[in-house]
Amino acid sequence: MATPLLEVKNLTTRFRTERGELTAVDDVSFSVQPGQTLAIVGESGSGKSVTALSLMRLIPDPPGRIVGGQILFEGQDLVKLTDRQMQAIRGDRIAMIFQEPMSSLNPALTVGMQIAEPVNLHRKMPWAQAYEVAKGLLDKVRIPDAASRLQTWPHQYSGGMRQRTMIAMALACQPKLIIADEPTTALDVTVQAQILDLLKELTRETGAALILITHDLGVVARYADHVAVMYGGRIVEQADAGTLYAHPRHPYTRGLLASIPRLDSTAGQRLVPIKGQPPDLARLPPGCAFAPRCQHASAECSASRPLLRTLAPGHLDACHHDQAIDAGASAGTASESAHA
Amino acid sequence: MPDNQALLQVDDLKVHFPLPPKGILRQSPGAVKAVDGVSFSLNAGETLGLVGESGCGKSTTGLAVLRMQPVTAGRITFEGQDITAQQARTGTFRRRMQMVYQDPYGSLNPRMKVRDLVGEPLQVHGMDKNPGEYQDRIAGLLKTVGLLPDMADRYPHEFSGGQRQRIGIARALALEPSLIICDEPVSALDVSIQAQVVNVLQELQERLGLAYLFIAHDLAVVRHLSHRIAVMYLGRIVEIAPRDELYRAPLHPYTQALLSAVPVADPVVERARQRIVVQGEVPSALKPPPGCRFHTRCPHAMPQCKVDDPPLQQLDGGRAVACHLHTGQHTSLHSIPVKVAA
Repeated sequence: MATPLLEVKNLTTRFRTERGELTAVDDVSFSVQPGQTLAIVGESGSGKSVTALSLMRLIPDPPGRIVGGQILFEGQDLVKLTDRQMQAIRGDRIAMIFQEPMSSLNPALTVGMQIAEPVNLHRKMPWAQAYEVAKGLLDKVRIPDAASRLQTWPHQYSGGMRQRTMIAMALACQPKLIIADEPTTALDVTVQAQILDLLKELTRETGAALILITHDLGVVARYADHVAVMYGGRIVEQADAGTLYAHPRHPYTRGLLASIPRLDSTAGQRLVPIKGQPPDLARLPPGCAFAPRCQHASAECSASRPLLRTLAPGHLDACHHDQAIDAGASAGTASESAHA
Repeated sequence: MPDNQALLQVDDLKVHFPLPPKGILRQSPGAVKAVDGVSFSLNAGETLGLVGESGCGKSTTGLAVLRMQPVTAGRITFEGQDITAQQARTGTFRRRMQMVYQDPYGSLNPRMKVRDLVGEPLQVHGMDKNPGEYQDRIAGLLKTVGLLPDMADRYPHEFSGGQRQRIGIARALALEPSLIICDEPVSALDVSIQAQVVNVLQELQERLGLAYLFIAHDLAVVRHLSHRIAVMYLGRIVEIAPRDELYRAPLHPYTQALLSAVPVADPVVERARQRIVVQGEVPSALKPPPGCRFHTRCPHAMPQCKVDDPPLQQLDGGRAVACHLHTGQHTSLHSIPVKVAA
């Protein structure tokens, strides 16, 4: 395998809160190859967004802090960089697209200025030239009439156009890695499809890798090459998209896939919900975080935390019982896949 | 109420929001036509899904039916009674028609105990006179939605989102309604919790014969719960059909695009799928396009679509569609077998 563009090793991020210290990202490791799309899936509080912010070194300190691990980007450990060194990378070689296109653009600056800014800052390009680049970028994200749009303001834009502007900003310095945190959650489905198609097409064109943070298993299936499933601050399963959906191993992944209604499933059939509720990060059980909701949990699960093990090349899973479950549950999944 | 009569009948409903007057002459610059001529019916025990993107008027339609929103024109008939002129606060019909809200955090008073939240509708309607019966009723309601009766003395903040939504459902059930308007009841919940609430709604319908007007943007959830589905776009219903027909063969280009835009949680299916991606975004409801409102984004738009507004036309099998591609299909369907050898 080629050298990964990004290699995260044992990343741990903690927050100090009124209720004590909580570990939002706990010993997380993964890597991203150049040009690859990695999806990080999880529910609220699973640590997926904090992982993204940690990669960008944007964790507010205090109360948060990266307390351990390495973030090796093109061989350089981002955790060790000073703020100034990190600023030189942020928006240049790594760019981020946020969930809220409404609030992540500066309402007091023109759209053109916001797109031109990173070019001016990182490439030391004079403003006039940077505006030319910005115009090209607006064209690229298919905002019509780019030349006159440079002088417009974010409030004149619809949600979809703002997210296109965010993508243009992210692409401005031709980054090697784009991190998109729930980029379409605030948008309608027809616009979501446009934006994600565009993002995918542009990353393919520029060869940039993409980390897509989402809770939507449909979006993951459509756009991701590789998937990491997070629960309670930890990665519980990791595989290429095809394998993960066809042969999920972790009870949480299986549970999620069984609990969502699908456009192509039998309508009216009862869904199989995961009982209980997502864990409270301040009060995680000592063993497996999913144990209180898991139908296969044993004494071992509540006592010791299962580590990520390699099941097959590229397929990792953190469960004490995945093999035993596999034998028992294959009957259930077989009937489901027969229908699909 | 005769059997063949619908539980809820909405005829040509219009809800317009006039804009504040401008200029010296204080002329009104127009109105946002949030709902502009919507008709549908809902039978007892049935679920009608109302889907569409933000701003299509689906929530306003729900509020108008509940009479929490003044109506500009049209008629709303519920249990055989014309309720268009009634108000939510005073209307007697509200015992029979309740609502479950989207936000389980904002819709429950944080200073009230669960007991009082669930009992409040009973108190309002004077059904709390016998204390023993009243407490039994609350315990029964909590059990009905899968909560424990001893949770009655807790406050909303002690519950998770899914549990709070159950409290909201128990509150809606207190007066034994025949219809519950559900406005995005699961969209604020985590994925693994949504299924719990969806199942509660389904079980209650089977057990109590409730009808739901299920308003949502998630087409997979809507498909799962609904018997029939109405698709809205810019204040109009563009297509209405029984569930399986709608998903198997959507007729309106907007329905087709909407279904095509929803990703299926299976990479194999996704890779094999033919997709229609419509361009652009929903136009402003202040100035909807002339002719068919979808023509600015429609891949099949014809010259006629820019001028003529297609009416919602009834087709066979309980379907209806508002699209020029299907104009006259009803008659032609009947005239097809006329191919006789000379």
